[in-house]
This record gives sequence, structure tokens and C-alpha cells, in this order.
Amino acid sequence: MAAATIGAIDCDLHPAIPGCMALLPYLDEHWHEEVVSRGLDDLDLALWPRGAPLTARGDWRPEKGLPGGSVELLRSQILEPFGTSIGILNTMFGAPALHNVDMVAALCRAANDWVAKEWLDKDARLRAGILVPVEDPSLAVQEIERRAADQRFVQVLLFGATETLLGRRSHWPIYEAAQRHDMPIALQVTSAVRHSPTANGWPSYLIEDHVNFAQTFQSQLLSMISEGVFTRFPKLKLVLLGAGIGWVPSFLWRGTKEWRALRREVPWVDRSPAQILRDHVRISCQPLDSPPDPNDLTALLEMIGCDDMLLFATDWPHWRFDGTEALAPGLPEEMRMRLLRDNAIATYPRLKGSLS
Amino acid sequence: MSSTALPKQETKAESRLRIVDCDIHPALRSGAELDRWLPQRWQQHRREYGLRLRQPFTSTYPYPKSAPALSRRDSWPPSGGPPGSDLDFMRAQHLDFHDIEYGMLQPLSVRGMDQRVQGFAEAVSSAVNEWQQEDWTSKDQRLKGTIAVAGEDAAAAVKEIERWAKHPDFVQISLVTRALEPLGRSRYWPIYEAAEHFGLPLGLHTLGTSGHSVAGGGWASFYYEEHQAVAMSLSAMIASFIMEGVAERFPKLKMVIIEGGFGWVPSLGWRMDSHWHALKSEVPHLRRKPSEYLKSQFWFTTQPVEEPENPEHLRKLVDWIGWDRLLFATDYPHWDSDDPRYAFKCRLSEEEKRAIFAGNAKSVYGL
Repeated sequence: MAAATIGAIDCDLHPAIPGCMALLPYLDEHWHEEVVSRGLDDLDLALWPRGAPLTARGDWRPEKGLPGGSVELLRSQILEPFGTSIGILNTMFGAPALHNVDMVAALCRAANDWVAKEWLDKDARLRAGILVPVEDPSLAVQEIERRAADQRFVQVLLFGATETLLGRRSHWPIYEAAQRHDMPIALQVTSAVRHSPTANGWPSYLIEDHVNFAQTFQSQLLSMISEGVFTRFPKLKLVLLGAGIGWVPSFLWRGTKEWRALRREVPWVDRSPAQILRDHVRISCQPLDSPPDPNDLTALLEMIGCDDMLLFATDWPHWRFDGTEALAPGLPEEMRMRLLRDNAIATYPRLKGSLS
Repeated sequence: MSSTALPKQETKAESRLRIVDCDIHPALRSGAELDRWLPQRWQQHRREYGLRLRQPFTSTYPYPKSAPALSRRDSWPPSGGPPGSDLDFMRAQHLDFHDIEYGMLQPLSVRGMDQRVQGFAEAVSSAVNEWQQEDWTSKDQRLKGTIAVAGEDAAAAVKEIERWAKHPDFVQISLVTRALEPLGRSRYWPIYEAAEHFGLPLGLHTLGTSGHSVAGGGWASFYYEEHQAVAMSLSAMIASFIMEGVAERFPKLKMVIIEGGFGWVPSLGWRMDSHWHALKSEVPHLRRKPSEYLKSQFWFTTQPVEEPENPEHLRKLVDWIGWDRLLFATDYPHWDSDDPRYAFKCRLSEEEKRAIFAGNAKSVYGL
């Protein structure tokens, strides 16, 4: 067991749903029939092709079945070797990219039931995010309410890219429900691909889509800040999963500089964007996208200026590091403990009941 | 401040730091000014159909800017016409006032490459080049032109480059940064081949109505967002140049990224490398780490300059990018332009100052 991570709270684990057929037991008669008669498949997302080396680490690909495909794999690959105390499951299931919101709602509901039964019930260390039909906020709120009594559901999972930027007011009922139930909103490296991935159109390569996703996260964050989400929902936390931290200093410098010049356009933004980011935004540590020289990591963290921001994550089964080297070299010791547990406990109020 | 009332400081010519400003915007008094160089057929097209862009309005933007003509309030010439349209006033207010040794022109008001009608795009690009030469660079030797090209048809662009490449007044080639496709794609490669052949850098000023939203999540609501998204789109553009193998294929090609600031540059290198670690089998044509191309073939103009909370962090940032990579620019006469006297809020040695404010640009542009 890696001594450095004992007791860690792993905030980003991806259990693989084997496909819509696996959800049949959780669907009502109508949707059961729809899935079968229309032949819905696995809904694997374009950002994560099964064969791509990034999608699953070589030694985490089982001989049979899917990487990330069972609690047994999670135990042997993560929980045991890292000494994890709590692991948060963030399903990367493609349903929210479908256009039919009723179908999305049914599949999200089934997927959440599936996670509860196939994963949460099997290991007391596990928690999960809630998949919701984001394009119909009233249905999304219904799904949040349905799960809220189960303290094992600790956050609301959204695609990193949906139909409209997430700050837009149509999404606010989701944030209201999340805040009311002490759940952060978490964005993943997942896209419904309603727009080209960049302002310049469609890049050729998968690596570009992933590199550019750092910009998508920034545009979402900028949208949520400038529309006033964090003014309206002062307790809401936003968790960015897979965003890296390299861009954070330039984002907060630029956001603050431009806010000084243009704040009359967004008068409800009542604090500097840098302050809002430090108060409300949390970022998982895999990938970190940090400078190659470990000494420079200290400088980068100093620029970010927020010891509460980083959350421990392995991003299992994605290939972000080898062995158990999930912590970047050069991470200051005083930061390590906060990153491993304290920051997650502060970010996820619903974990408190289960911590001694 | 009246410069005539004060005794001129006597400084030896060889030791005085004179600024190279890598982003100055000359403006047309009106679109009709281009008719001087447009064939009859395209004059008529301009009058009847105007500019056809991939956006909702004929001229204004769906994100209204923060100032009329996007410009400093004090930059409207007393003679009339929009800011940047009067050379004498530009001299007094900018070139002489700041002791500019060279100023790189970036004409934005009519952009050939942005036009949906390709024939018009080509005619307009040629006219903009003639206009720069006749009305600006030939009248003031400090000013240097950029070869505007209708880059969506690479063959047409190469023809225009060949027309001007040997002209001493032109020092770079400009393309819109938000084009029909990401600029790394092979349809644009003949342009890069010509640029490398003639030793002309690409001057990539943030620009263009691609019809795509700022990033994959959709359309922003505010100019506050749109204005910051510039850096996001330039970052994606560089990723395209590198991942498509443009930098690998044209190792002598220089790319100058204009008006995106530079705070985001190191993190682009880190993220490209971290993902390349897992995904290099997708881009086997890259023979080096992505960040190495970034460090050897890209330069960045400074405006809008970064303003870290702790000014010393600016030094660290430049350490990461490289002190030879930054080229000073004002963006005159726009509202968010940088004043060379106050732009850098951290200490700079004389040598660092000379590199950023003049030396780096001279070496990139061969001045």
C-alpha cells in the first residue's frame, strides 16, 4: 500500500456501465421496450474511445470485461493499493448527450439506480455523483430530489459541454436544488457535442479535444461567474474533474483585470473573479498539468493562492500516471494532507456523517 | 504633458531604447476607400451586398464592445474619421509620443479572409495590401505592413504572398485566427510553405467570425466573457498547428500570436505534454514533445499584459515562456491598449527591457 495516500478520499473514479442493456432491470416497461426495440448500444462518448490509451491504463485493463467494470477491480486497483477511505464514483455515461430529454431522464434514473445497487451497496467506502437530464431542469431537479435522502449521493454530475453555457439562467433550478441538498456541481471531461469543441472549428485529433477541454472548463467557469451563479447561490461549490490547474493563474489574473474594466456589464458580480474562484471552485488533481520541474509546482500553487482548491483523485481507470504515483512530485507536505482528505471533506458536506 | 515645453533628453542613439510596437491598427475612413483598388465588379458587390460574415449583423458584433469603434476616447482624430485613420494624428499621439522605432500594422476593419464570397475575399485582401503600402508604409518608414491573404483558398493566398514577399515594407503574413477550420489543417499548408520559403512570419492577430462559439459549451452572454475567450481560441489554434504537424513539417516557420496576452502559454505546453504521454500513438508524426514546438516556433505579443496579484509572478511567468519569446505591443488605438511606460508592473533589467520592447521583435522580423 502506498503510504503517501493512506486514508485518501478519491474524488474521481469512473465505473463503467456496460451499456443500456445492463440498465433494463431499472427501466419501466416503456423505456425497456424502447431500448430493446431500437437497439440502444453502450452510448460510449467520443472523448473516450475504448481502445485509446488514455481511456484505460494498460495494467488496469482486465482480461475480460471493461476497464472500471466491477467493484472487485476498483478494490484491487485503487482502494487497496492507495489505502483509500472513501471513493466517489462519477459515471461517464453518454445518456445526457441524447436529444430526447424523456429518454435521457429515464436512462439517468436507471444509471443512478444501477450505481447504487451494483456499486454503493457492495462497498461501504463508495459514494457517487448523480447523473441528470441537464437540458430539462425540472426533470433534473426531480432526479436530484429522488436521490437526496440517500446520503451516499454526494454531488450532481454534469457534462463539461452541453447545449448552452452552464451559467445561463435556465440551469439555475439545478443549482438551487444542489445547494439545498449540500451537493456540489461537478463537471466532467464529457461533451454532448452541440458545438464544435473550439472557437476555431473541429480539430482533427482526440488529443486536441482533450487539450482544448481546459478551455471548455474555463468558458463554463467564466459563464457561471459572469451570469452571477455564485452570487445567487453563495454556498454552491463547483468541482472541475480533469481540468488540470495550469490555467488557473492566468484565468484569475485575466478575469480580475477584465472585471475591473467591464464590471458595469455584469454588476451582480460583487467580488473579484479571483475571489469567487478561490471560494467556490475545486479541482481534481489528475491530471494536474503541472510544470515539469517539481520546484515550479510550488510557484504555480503560490500563484493560485488557495490551499483549499485541490482534491485527490486517481481518475481511475484513465491513464494519468503509472504505479501509485498519483501525487505530483514537488507537492508541498502541508498541502498533501489537505489535498488527500480535508479539502474533500470541506467540499462535500454529505461525507461528514460517514466520517468518524 | 507637453513634450515641447520640456528640454529633450539627450541620449546617444545607440543606447536609447526605441520601441517596436507589434500591434497598431490603421483604420479605413470608410469601406468605400478600398474602391481605389477594387475592380469594378467588386466595387459594385461591396456597395450592394457589403461584407458577408458568419454572424448575425452586417458590420457590428453580437457582443457590443465597451467603447465606440473599440477605441480609446482620446484617439478620435480632430480631422474626423475613426480612430487610427489619420496618419498625422497617429504620429503625434502614438509614434512620436512613445518614440516608436517600428510599428507593425494590423488592419482589421475589412478582413478578406473572413468574407464568405471567395472572389471578394481575394479582391479585398489585395486592396488592403495596396492601401497599407500607399497610404501608410510609403508615407512613414517606421510602419511595416502585413500581407493580408484570402486564406480559405490557399492557392489564391500564395499568389498574393508572392506579389508582396520581396517588398521591404511588408514583414509578415496575416490570417484570421478563427478560420473555417483550425489553422493546422492541411488545406492551409501551401500558405505555410510560402511563408517559410520567403522567411515571413505568420502574424496571427486574434480575429475572425468562424461561426463557432467560444468553446465547446456554447455561446457566451457577455462581452466580458467574449473578450477573455480570445486566449482560449488562440490556445486551440496553437494546439492545431502543433498536433497537425505544421511546426514539425515547416521547422523554420515562425508564428507570432498577437493580442492574446501570454499568461496561458505555459499551461498549454504542460497540458499538451501530459496528454501526449498517453496519446502519442495518435500523432506519430510529432518527433518532439508538443511543448518543444511551442518553445521554438511561437512568439507572443504582450498586450493585454498580464497583471498578477503579486507582480513578481510576472517574472516567473516569463521565465516559463522564455525572455526571447515576448514582443511588446500596444494595440493602439483600442480601448484596452497598453502604454509602454506602465504595462509591465514588475522590475525588468535593462537587458530584459530591450529584449521585450525591441530586440525580440527585430530578430523575429529581421528588422
